[in-house]
Amino acid sequence: MPTRYVALALGIALIAGIVALGMNEPNTNLLATDSSLFGTIEIDGSSTVFPITQAVAEEFRKVHPNVQVPVGVSGTGGGFKRFVVGETHISNASRSIKPIEIAAAAENGVEFIEIAIGFDGLSIITNPVNDFLECLTTDELRAIWEPGSEVNRWSDVRDGLPDSEFRLYGPDTDSGTFDYFTESIIHLEDASRSDYSASADDNVLIRGVSGDKDALGYFGYAFYSSSPDKLKLIAIDSGSGCIYPSPKTINDGTYSPLSRPMFIYVNTAALEREEVVVFLNFYLDNATTLVEEVGYVSLPETMYDDGRVLVASSAGSSN
Amino acid sequence: MEREQPPLGSARVTSAIAASVTRPRFSASTLSTWRRWRDRFFFVLFFASVAIGILGLAALVIDVMTDGLGALDFSFLNSYPSRHAGESGIRAALFGTIWITVGTAAFAIPIGVGTAIFLEEFAPDHWAVRLVQLNISNLAGVPSIIYGILGLALFVQAFALDRSVLAGSLTMTLLVLPIVIIVSQEAIKAVPEEFRDAAFALGANRWQVVKTVVLPQAIPGIMSGIILALSRAVGEAAPMLMISSLVFLTFIPSSPNDRFTVLPVQIFNWVSLPQPGFQAVASAGIIILLAVLLSLNSIAIWIRNRYQTRY
Repeated sequence: MPTRYVALALGIALIAGIVALGMNEPNTNLLATDSSLFGTIEIDGSSTVFPITQAVAEEFRKVHPNVQVPVGVSGTGGGFKRFVVGETHISNASRSIKPIEIAAAAENGVEFIEIAIGFDGLSIITNPVNDFLECLTTDELRAIWEPGSEVNRWSDVRDGLPDSEFRLYGPDTDSGTFDYFTESIIHLEDASRSDYSASADDNVLIRGVSGDKDALGYFGYAFYSSSPDKLKLIAIDSGSGCIYPSPKTINDGTYSPLSRPMFIYVNTAALEREEVVVFLNFYLDNATTLVEEVGYVSLPETMYDDGRVLVASSAGSSN
Repeated sequence: MEREQPPLGSARVTSAIAASVTRPRFSASTLSTWRRWRDRFFFVLFFASVAIGILGLAALVIDVMTDGLGALDFSFLNSYPSRHAGESGIRAALFGTIWITVGTAAFAIPIGVGTAIFLEEFAPDHWAVRLVQLNISNLAGVPSIIYGILGLALFVQAFALDRSVLAGSLTMTLLVLPIVIIVSQEAIKAVPEEFRDAAFALGANRWQVVKTVVLPQAIPGIMSGIILALSRAVGEAAPMLMISSLVFLTFIPSSPNDRFTVLPVQIFNWVSLPQPGFQAVASAGIIILLAVLLSLNSIAIWIRNRYQTRY
């Protein structure tokens, strides 16, 4: 039956096409690639650090196409939950690891090293149509966000602001940004009002704030700088005048208290694998460029050197 | 049929018969304006229901096409996702979807068709069998996110399969199994009882009847049902979000133990990105997903029309 043969031929051609497409690894890099490294480096954690590690993973694939580097977004806390039981090899973090997480890692026999990779200025933002709010003091921020806060209208924040209700957007409790904010502004660990729109995904928060004219939210600086036309940055006054977060104020520490370092944590056992060591050195070699490209502030080169030394010594000691 | 004119009965009977005989002949002209108006009203109502569906689909397709066609080219198909919208591609998700679909088919077809054959051909009429049947029908209506949570707890964590192609395929298998079973049962039921009786009369045992008479007749129906069930699996985002989670992948799975992502999850990810370029990329992804779904559905329709037999 001819139609049956035609259908068969089409089917075979389709499958052959898919297989051919599958074999044909796209290679956008003209530099020499190194196909000799194999393996999987499982990464999860902070959504604040994600853009940097994503960029590193994307560039790394162009050089080492056979190393699989999946990068997840579970929040700093969610990432550590997987890291301390040995499920992931590297954890992105927008705060230091907590004692309770260190204890959990020890219990599971997970040893790790901490590598600083950049600075972030945790940014307070509103919708761009907001023309009455330019600056908030840390006390005002605390009054808005502290647990049980009754501040629900702009006029409650400060006399002279419009008498209309605002809506709050912020990271969820798994997020390192949440932990850092509550600690540095409310001065209590993980204490925040809970009646706000919470998401682990900063892009969801950006969409929320950019679509709500009475919005107030906070997240990492790179998420502001990736869509500055949809958001308005609010300056922070911690006693020495209103300061906007910018690469300069984050770097010299004047954007205080919301400037913070970002880290990656590496399972020491994974450092026995060559591809992990190569990946970390690639990370540190390209950190200055990529951290700034995605909108954060890079560290002084000496701190990346410290990271390289730490990787080398930890890899050496575990061998 | 010939109706005999009664000679002369009661006037009532005669007129009733006359009415029943003559009504079709000039019914149109005797329609009251009220009834005609009502006829038109329902025509417009039902036409509008059709139009809403078609217009909705057309609006979606046009909107997606205008946004996405510009981003759609071979390098889009053949590139991995990127932090730059212009370099982003759907390769990882496309191959993830192929892996998941093939994996789901490998589990769901034998288990689903086997269950259907057992329930239709072998199972006795027993309360336990009726309970199983009732449960299968109910499972078909369970929201897909529930299967995602189940798959996460069972396959990813309890069976320690991690967030692998295998865990994803098994989860999708649970999701489509009720559909595969019910569709296969319908196809098996449609095979006339006389065929079975004839085979039994020739001395065939039950398995021989199933193998040589029932299955060959039922397979086209089963096949088109399976393809429709798989196309549901291809379009599902919720359970795959639970299993694969939002993850940035720059590789395609090379074994069932590898991490994966699928088309709907990748599209969901792109749609959530606020940078403008990604909206076009997301639309291009939707075009690919629509193309995959439409071709699967056309194959199902083709099989049904090609091999359908009427008794």
